[in-house]
Amino acid sequence: MSTVEATAATEAAAANYRTHGRPLWRRMLLRTESAIVAAIVLLFIVAYTTVPYFAQPYTFMTMFLNSAPILLMLLPMTLIIMTGDIDLSVGSILGFSGTIFGLMFQAGGPLPVAAVVAVIGGGLVGVLNGVLVTQVGLPSLAVTIGTLALFRGISVGLLGTAAITDFPSEVTSFVSSPLIPGGPFPVVVVAILVLAIAFAVLLHFTPFGRGVYAIGLSAEAAAFSGVRVNRTRLILFVLSGLVASAVGVYFTLQYSNAIGTNGSGFELQVITAVVLGGVSIWGGRGTLLGALAGGLLIAMLNKTLQLAGVGSDSISIVTGAALIFSVVVASIAGFISRRRRTKASATAAGA
Amino acid sequence: MTTTAPGLDAGRSLVGRLVRARELALIILILALVTATTINQPGFVFSDGGWRELLRQPTILILIALGEAIVIITRNIDLSIGSILCLSTYLCGFLFYNVPGIPIPVVVAVGILLGAFLGLINGLLVAFLKVPSLVITLGTLYAYRGIAILWIGPHFIRSSWIPPEYRQFGTANIFGVPYLLILAVIVVLIVGWFMTSRRAGRNLYALGSNPEAATLFGLGERRLILNAFITSGALAGLGGLVYLSIFATGDAQVGTGYELEAVAAAVVGGVAIVGGSGTIWGVALGAFFLATISNALPVLGVPSLWQQAIVGIFIVGAISLDRILFITRTRRATRKGVAA
Repeated sequence: MSTVEATAATEAAAANYRTHGRPLWRRMLLRTESAIVAAIVLLFIVAYTTVPYFAQPYTFMTMFLNSAPILLMLLPMTLIIMTGDIDLSVGSILGFSGTIFGLMFQAGGPLPVAAVVAVIGGGLVGVLNGVLVTQVGLPSLAVTIGTLALFRGISVGLLGTAAITDFPSEVTSFVSSPLIPGGPFPVVVVAILVLAIAFAVLLHFTPFGRGVYAIGLSAEAAAFSGVRVNRTRLILFVLSGLVASAVGVYFTLQYSNAIGTNGSGFELQVITAVVLGGVSIWGGRGTLLGALAGGLLIAMLNKTLQLAGVGSDSISIVTGAALIFSVVVASIAGFISRRRRTKASATAAGA
Repeated sequence: MTTTAPGLDAGRSLVGRLVRARELALIILILALVTATTINQPGFVFSDGGWRELLRQPTILILIALGEAIVIITRNIDLSIGSILCLSTYLCGFLFYNVPGIPIPVVVAVGILLGAFLGLINGLLVAFLKVPSLVITLGTLYAYRGIAILWIGPHFIRSSWIPPEYRQFGTANIFGVPYLLILAVIVVLIVGWFMTSRRAGRNLYALGSNPEAATLFGLGERRLILNAFITSGALAGLGGLVYLSIFATGDAQVGTGYELEAVAAAVVGGVAIVGGSGTIWGVALGAFFLATISNALPVLGVPSLWQQAIVGIFIVGAISLDRILFITRTRRATRKGVAA
């Protein structure tokens, strides 16, 4: 196990040196992230010119409103996947937090207090995940499948078939109002931007973030070089819980509806966006920008297809196809570059 | 050498004991659950349809959990089985409707083959692209479901499409024993025998417990992965056929979320998510147990809404217990090794 990880790490390091041997413009352009961004730009241009109603601000309003939960939850998920873990419980934490929020509000609690309690509740679920993974030493996939079922079950159990819908309309309409009247961006875009910058700084410009990459390449090597592996992983699960529960409060207010099934199935959408954005599910590789671009591409595809009259039904086939396509292309590209390298070294040896 | 040997031996016999303990624990849990429920409402077991219902109801989960377990044993995961089950259900219902008088065995074969084919696609993508199965089957979960949604749209299978003989299969009994129970038992016995006694089955365990060693040994990693995914797909296809025979209806949402239930059943049944261990008997019992919980809860006075929470507790509990037993075992083995 450890030798394999070590080999993978050496290979990754070697790949790093190779890429840094290339000119800057090639390093910037020949990346998964730039392919995804190019796909977004291309899709935008095509949709802007050919799809009716796409060019209207309202289109982007609804696009951001619908995709905000995914775009927010993919931020901590990117870091978790980067360490080689996974968190399948985010959709259930969303529902759980919405349920706490709704029940506290129904019991007469003021909205801010209810929101804080809900976010803390979600953070505690993150602590539970993190402790089970780092202290008990269980695989994160198994743990979070368990907490997925557990907290979805608690939410559905607590609320039953009831729905809490009587949230004050000034709050709910603020949540889904545009930043600038008539503009294309809802207020939640501010939250997405702030959190995206915060997570990008955390991942790309702090020792903590370098630790995240190091753990993903080889947890053992990271531990030897002074990264506090378990603390880092625990913190990431807590961050994931906090963000998912904050999204739960937002989601509940946006639809003015607290039901136990809020956000079910979101975990797979979030992971799809992250993986589509070029983050390796084995950890250690990828960028936050790529993951965000992956989420945005799915959101825009969804909206375009909906407006083009293909129906929102086709989104799941497009999501799946895009995901498989991206890994197929990456795999073939890797195969070609490996062959070229072997050929090049063979020629060098022959010369 | 001499210092490690006693530790290893102690570990091996303990592994055997622990595995047996898992199955025993599940049997005790199932008996306790059924007893408690029956005390609450005698009809749960002692009624005309009671015990048959109890034995028939878990069939679908048992079938798909077996397939999932085989894939997990090879250190992979198959998230697409819910979508495969849906496609199989609808294709078979569709065949009954569009080809009047089609022989039932043909439809059954088509359903299983469709599942095996979709599993083959998963397997090919995983084995030849070297991409984690989590990513591939997450993609095919959406892609297969998308095909189902595009194809089925708002339509659904009407029970009038399904020939009465086929519907009977889901509900009828032979000598008082439900057909579905017989089916489940046969499949469990075949898969269990294959995984414990056949070389090909043992190779799946070998691949899962140490892929590098298995490859170096020349086990043919790709073929093993293909076999595992084809089996998982075929069992999901069979699950779709059973769904059709029980419910005689179905739309584009059939089987949503089944993948996680199947993983849960496998994990509760003692299959380690990191591959290489777990028994088919344990998985069958795990699936039976989880399915029985949802049957029993309303009778016990717990709203069925809490079912998922209880399933979650059992998943977390089962894996934590495994881990704790493993740690104590290792410690004991080390201590013995040191003493020797």
